[in-house]
Amino acid sequence: MVNLIWFLMMFAGLVVAALTGRVEAVTAAVFSSAEKAVSIAFSLVSVMTFWLGMMKLIEESGLINWFVRVLRPLVNFLFPRVPRDHPAMHAILMNMSANLLGMGNAATPFGLKAMQELQKLNHNSSTASDEMCTFLAVNTSSLTLVPTTVIALRAATGSLNPTEIVGTTIVATLCAVTVAIITDRILRRLSKI
Amino acid sequence: MLQVLTGTLAQWVIPAFLGLALIYAFIKRVDVFDTFVSGAQEGFATSVKLIPFLVGMLVAIGILRASGALDLFISFLTPVLALFNIPGEVVPLAIMRPLSGSAALGITAEILQSKGPDSLLGRMASTMQGSTDTTFFVLTVYFGAVGIRRTRHALAVGLIADMAGFLAAITVCNFIFR
Repeated sequence: MVNLIWFLMMFAGLVVAALTGRVEAVTAAVFSSAEKAVSIAFSLVSVMTFWLGMMKLIEESGLINWFVRVLRPLVNFLFPRVPRDHPAMHAILMNMSANLLGMGNAATPFGLKAMQELQKLNHNSSTASDEMCTFLAVNTSSLTLVPTTVIALRAATGSLNPTEIVGTTIVATLCAVTVAIITDRILRRLSKI
Repeated sequence: MLQVLTGTLAQWVIPAFLGLALIYAFIKRVDVFDTFVSGAQEGFATSVKLIPFLVGMLVAIGILRASGALDLFISFLTPVLALFNIPGEVVPLAIMRPLSGSAALGITAEILQSKGPDSLLGRMASTMQGSTDTTFFVLTVYFGAVGIRRTRHALAVGLIADMAGFLAAITVCNFIFR
């Protein structure tokens, strides 16, 4: 799937570039995009390091159990087969809490940690497990209560009421997440390994 | 009043979270710095492992944009979506949002500047920007970090959810702000 999509994206771009005579722009884009990718990875180093350190602290001190208590019904429904006190569950909970609070740069480190732990439960297979797909379904629809970036951007562009879109965003994100969870449950059976 | 309150809350989220984590750990007599460092150790390796996946995906998206293929796609799609009352101005945002976070944010910023953040289109773009995440980025990074090659239905689910989020954003904004 990913192989085909990647091929189609590259191929379509190259064909259109040849037809419209933008081959030079494409060459430039290749190298500037590659550079951007590396700089994204390196900017992740700092937030990853910091938030993984904090996560360890939250786990060791037992503060994680507060999060567990609040979000337990939700994660039990979403991930019935992940053991309750497994590190995967902790990382999933931290990722969801960070997303809900609009702490975007903390959500990615917790999310990657969750994937690593889920991969252990998946016996290091190269095929995604049901739990991974569900976790990504929730993450790509970005369940959030505080869309911080947009609020900042609205304030910067002179909005009289930067936060007035919070309500509409919550409704839209709830729709996205509901559709994500339902389609995940339906497609899961069709794409059984 | 509510604005000031939510604004302050947003500012305080991270410091309050850090404060709570630190104080709680201190009370529980955890060696705070040692524990922090032992967790933080994994950060570098995990991030660096992502480089090949990110380079592959971002180059493909860069070629799509620079070649004009994406604009072509958008210009085909705009009249079709107009049938469903979707304004042409937000179509590029809907297409770009799952592909590239920074490009989508750029389009949103442009709409907010040219149409005004408090116009219907400005509010729609804001809602769309906030209600879904960059599906391709999340999939590439999350699966890449653990070496998953067969991603099964994850991409389909992500894109269907994005579409649902956009339609919901447009419908809700039309209903509330018009």
